Parts: sequence; structure tokens; C-alpha cells
Amino acid sequence: MGAFAYVAPSNLEEALAVLKEHASAGTRAQLLAGGTDLLVQLRSADKTPRTIVDIKKLAETNRIDIGSAEVYIGSAIPSAVLNENTELVALFPGLLEAADLIGSTQIQGRATVGGNLCNASPAGDSIPAMIAAGGVCVIAGANGTRELPVEDFLTGVGKNALEPGELLLGLKFKRPGPRTADAYLRFIPRTEMDIAVAGCGVSVTLDQNGTCTAARVAIGAVAPTALLVPAAADALIGSKLDEDALAAAGAACTAASSPISDKRGTVEYRRKVVAVLCRRAAAIARDRAKG
Amino acid sequence: MNKVQVSTSINGEEVEFLCEPQETLLDVLRETLDKTGTKEGCSTGDCGACSVMLDDRLVCSCLVLGVEAQGSEISTIEGMAGGDGLHPIQQKFLEHAALQCGICTPGLIVATKALLDKNPDPDEETIRYWLAGNLCRCTGYDKIVRAVQDAAKELAHPA
Repeated sequence: MGAFAYVAPSNLEEALAVLKEHASAGTRAQLLAGGTDLLVQLRSADKTPRTIVDIKKLAETNRIDIGSAEVYIGSAIPSAVLNENTELVALFPGLLEAADLIGSTQIQGRATVGGNLCNASPAGDSIPAMIAAGGVCVIAGANGTRELPVEDFLTGVGKNALEPGELLLGLKFKRPGPRTADAYLRFIPRTEMDIAVAGCGVSVTLDQNGTCTAARVAIGAVAPTALLVPAAADALIGSKLDEDALAAAGAACTAASSPISDKRGTVEYRRKVVAVLCRRAAAIARDRAKG
Repeated sequence: MNKVQVSTSINGEEVEFLCEPQETLLDVLRETLDKTGTKEGCSTGDCGACSVMLDDRLVCSCLVLGVEAQGSEISTIEGMAGGDGLHPIQQKFLEHAALQCGICTPGLIVATKALLDKNPDPDEETIRYWLAGNLCRCTGYDKIVRAVQDAAKELAHPA
């Protein structure tokens, strides 16, 4: 690895002061949470000098709050810790199964969904799941905190909406009401330890008759960023989530996708698979919502 | 760069070391502290050869900076065997010939202990998923899985 400086601020004021100092001086500061992407990047091509700002010692990034109205997940909490929280798993089974798909047991012990989001890989598994679950980024900066829906946080391949001097404190979700559930599916050619060829997260709310009253659908690995697909949600809302509605939602995902061909899949293949994943994830979310 | 002083506990002993920010925990263990049981495989978190326990969490030490270990409790393969011989997991890896070249073995044994501490009676699927981040290019994994199953039995009902 190239040489760099390391600081681990013990509170938010200190962290923001360090970031501000670098932002004003025009020097490079980079945020470190679990490090499972960052350390690999530091070891490979980009060895320009910088200061690594470890955000793991902040109270705000280490908190899980499960309130009656809102759920908050700090950006420094490893996936393994999230998946050991049974209340969280019950509330957001889709988000948690997405987090559980990322890397090995070892990676899960460090990697965070906040980091997965900031790293902004088109194939990041937790991102479509967060979008489907209605995640909102809580961002701290010199002028206080601001909030941004996850789908608006992603600005390109490996790019996010954080300005110099800002950091992601955590993710906020509306606590799911009755008959609301999410699901996430990805396709990989093997059963573990691989990067999504395509992925789809779905969240649905049903009324007492099983009619879908609200839905969110998001797709991953089929565009430069994970995308919210409102047309797919529209295909689900008002239906009983029968085969026709699921197929229409899948077709909307295909239409919204703009994938590339690479060694993991061709354009045609990804566009087809994302529809299948949407249908299946929506059916899982539906069955979970029925309880 | 200036070296940073880091205080940790390694295998139950207080250990202080100096390291540069860009040194990984794996670098520190092997190069500074001469604990060479932990192996370097890929250096990108894919192979699991460098697995250690960091505050009771299984991690790849190649993806942890030495400076991040400040205040942490670390367990490595060197802490496995007791005064009176091999740990039962080590013994079962030997009995089942669950290794050939041996580079993956320390990581696999540390990962296996992490699994059995959490889940003393895992089924085969659980074992295979838990160990999916520990690559072995020699054995084909079956012997490893048998060793883990037998170690679980041995730990539950010591012979």
C-alpha cells in the first residue's frame, strides 16, 4: 500500500473538523468504515497520498435504533452484527438477506451496508434492497445534517453525493407497518462469494384482502447505479400480486435497465434475468407480507 | 510517516507494537510480532488464509489496518493449542488429513473455532457456507468438512 495518514476521531465534531480542514486545504481525505473495499483499493492502482478518516469510533455511526416510527442503522455497523439482530431481521428480511449475501463470514465481520452504499458499485447487493425498503441517508457536514433518499445518493459508478467535508452517519427507514415486507434476490453463477450479475429488491404493502397498496422496486447490476423503478411499483400497486402483475413489474425492470456485457453476463441476459428476479422477489415479499 | 503505538491483547497477552498506518494487521502479526502462523494468501479478503479473531469476530487480517486494532482483543492460530497438546479442532484436521500444503489450514482452523463457539452442532450446509471464505486448492473440501463435523462431536462429548 502507498503511505497515508490515519486518524480515528472519537466524536462527530472532531471528524467533521478533520474533513473540513482537508476540504479547505484541497487535500484528500477518505472515509474508512469496514475497510473491505477501501483496503483493496489502497493496495491496487490508486496510491495517491491521503488521510484515512476512520469513522468507527463515532456514537452516531455505531447506533441501531428501532423505534415505533423509524429504524436507524449506523454506517459503521458490520453486516454480521445486523444479522444477529433478530428484530431487525424480522422488520427488513430483504435488506438483511442482501447484507448477508455480501462476501464471506470474514467480510461480514467488517463490511457495513453504509460502506457498500458509499462504495457505489453498480452491483452492490445491499443497495437495491435499501432503496426498496425506502432508505434515507443521514449525512453530516459542517452545516449540520441533511437527508437524501438512497436512490438519489448514487451519482455514478463508484460515485456518491457526499460533498468534501461530509460523511454518512447512517440510514433511516420508516418502520414497516402491518402486512409490509421486503425481499432481495440476486443472480450469480455459483452459490456463494460472487458479484451480482443482476439483482432486485422489492417491498410491498398489502391490505386485508391481499391487494397491494404500496410497493417499491429497485434493480442492481443492470445500470451504472442501482435504480428505483417506479413503473414496476405501479404495475404491482392495485393488484393481488398475481402472475400478470408480477410479469408486468418484471417487464418494467427490463425496460428500466441499461446493463453492459462483461464476463459475468451479456446485455440480453441481464435484461432478461432482472425481470425474473423481480417476479420472484415480489412473490417472496408478497408471501412474507401475508405472514 | 510516523509510526503509531498500538496496544492490543493477542491470545490473552498484552501486546504493544509500533506500526505505520499502511501496515495491515497481517503485516504486523507476521513481520513485527513474528507470529507467522497466520498466512498471507490473496491480500484482498478473498481466500481467508489470514483469518483471525478480532474482538470475537472472524475477520481477514489483510483487510484490517494495524492501527485499527488499537484496544482490541485478537486471537490467532498461535493461541489455539493448550499447554497439554493440540486443540481438538487441530487434532481432527490431522486425523482426517484435512490438509495438504497447509497454507489454508491456520485460517480454516480459526474459522472453524469461530463457527463451533457460536454453533456447536452445525449441519453440513452451515459448515460449507461458514467456510466459503476459506479457499483450499488441495483437498477438495470434503475432508475439511468431515474434520469439522468430527471436531464438533469431540468438543460436545470429549472422548
